[in-house]
Amino acid sequence: MNNYKLAEQADNIAQTAQGLSQQATDLALDISQLTATGGAPFFVTGLTVFVLACFVGYYVVWRVTPALHSSLMAVTNAISSVIIVGALIAAGPVEASLSKWMGFFAVVLASVNIFGGFIVTQRMLAMFAKKKKQ
Amino acid sequence: MSSLPLLSYLVSSVCCIMALRGLSGPQTAKQGLIFGIVGMALAVVTTLTLSVVQSYTVIIAGVAIGGAIGTVIAKKIEMTALPQLVAAFHSLVGLAAVFIAGAAFHNPEAYGIGTPGDIHIGSLIEMSLGVAIGAITFTGSIIAFGKLQGIVTGKPVVFKGQHMFNALLGAALVFLIFVLCVSESAFIFWLIVAIALALGVLMIIPIGGADMPVIVSMLNSYSGWAAAGIGFTLQNNLLIIVGALVGASGAILSYIMCKGMNRSFISVILGGFGGEAAAGAAASSDGKSAKLGSAEDAAFIMKNASSVVIVPGYGMAVAQAQHALREMADTLKKEGVRVRYAIHPVAGRMPGHMNVLLAEANVPYEDVLELEEINRDFSQTDVAFVIGANDITNPAAKKDPASPIYGMPILDVEASGTVLFVKRSLGSGYAGIDNELFFYDNTMMLLGDAKHMCEGIIKAMED
Repeated sequence: MNNYKLAEQADNIAQTAQGLSQQATDLALDISQLTATGGAPFFVTGLTVFVLACFVGYYVVWRVTPALHSSLMAVTNAISSVIIVGALIAAGPVEASLSKWMGFFAVVLASVNIFGGFIVTQRMLAMFAKKKKQ
Repeated sequence: MSSLPLLSYLVSSVCCIMALRGLSGPQTAKQGLIFGIVGMALAVVTTLTLSVVQSYTVIIAGVAIGGAIGTVIAKKIEMTALPQLVAAFHSLVGLAAVFIAGAAFHNPEAYGIGTPGDIHIGSLIEMSLGVAIGAITFTGSIIAFGKLQGIVTGKPVVFKGQHMFNALLGAALVFLIFVLCVSESAFIFWLIVAIALALGVLMIIPIGGADMPVIVSMLNSYSGWAAAGIGFTLQNNLLIIVGALVGASGAILSYIMCKGMNRSFISVILGGFGGEAAAGAAASSDGKSAKLGSAEDAAFIMKNASSVVIVPGYGMAVAQAQHALREMADTLKKEGVRVRYAIHPVAGRMPGHMNVLLAEANVPYEDVLELEEINRDFSQTDVAFVIGANDITNPAAKKDPASPIYGMPILDVEASGTVLFVKRSLGSGYAGIDNELFFYDNTMMLLGDAKHMCEGIIKAMED
């Protein structure tokens, strides 16, 4: 009798354990999905990156020589157009839509900046380099 | 997103950091520029390989149109017009940020931030911040461009209750962002854009021409923050990193410019400087008359000097006098005169403006010195040749506590043997203040166009 009860209990426990492990798997899946799709967890990661990048920027920019401050401005202007990444995604879909057109205009604007910014910087730097040789 | 694009974006971010790092000296700057271009190309190529990007025709057309416009503008622009060019470019970054945020709002699935009508709250906040900063950058930069180009008056435009009105608009923005998070209405989204556009105009119109170096730097900073805001929306670390770099860079430049004028950032933002109010505290110039000289006088004085320090300002840029000035310096050097250049941090209309113009005219890098490097040498200098500068040499900054520019670091040109002042008229500078230096005994005014004056001096020296 006792043996039978024990076996039954063991069986119950095993079932509960199985249920729990299933729940744990589900939870783990949920968490991994949450991390992958972003939402709140990305904000924290993004903020970490943002704050650290501000510090990097602070120390790098203080080392820029004052004579090249104009070049610094032109080059930062060019690289801030890296938002073209967002514009490309907006302009990417096959079917035409409002957001695709907005993406297209953003691609044009950012391209003006990228090409213009880098070329102007190059022109300025060429002037500084030129007299170095003399 | 799989790991490969993310890693590629990381490499791109590092390239952008290296691009700024290269600017620590003229030797490494070109290498830095290559890093920047590689980083940008990598970012674009990586994005094009993402599965969300399926159609390339529109993209290729966009890059071709934009690239062609940018190339032509950048190749044709005169170096003297650099400040307005940079302001115009900033406005494009701002407008692009507005379009991208708008695209993300109308098609959030592409960015994986929800579905229309059900965008994550966090993304909505980031998106609205990004779009607001972008819109402010856009119109603010256009006004700055107009002021630098001379389309909009360089005088501060002020009206009663201006700051109150701006503060109200700012508060309205915050409130609308809150409403947007609750309602997610497209109308509210575009209303935020409209108010931010208006705020951009209102923030910049009260700021006078002399404060433009700060404003151009500030808008540079804003364009970075807008990019970072978009980066948060799109959950893209590359955009966040580059945005933060640019934001920090612009903020530091603004700080350096403010320090160069001994003004707080807040007082620059509040504006009104250089208007009628500033004219009250003028130096006592009554009864004295300035000594006027000709190109021949100046040539004679400089030829017989053993050292000359040239102090260029915005007037040199306006007159395009940098080439004639360098020729004049070369002629002096042939006579055995030691010639150097002194650059004030806020000379010109953007940080480093004078350095670029002198470099364009082939002035040797070693001859160009910053304020701290040269200021002590003026007492051992025979001639200070001030060309197109004014406020940055005004002794009132040291002596007159009532002066609006009191406390601003200036170049001590009055300590040199003779001060030659090339100016179009005896009028005041951009800060609207009289310069008592014009009436000093050791000052000689050379009235006329800077370029013609330099050419006249060269001619007189060669005769």
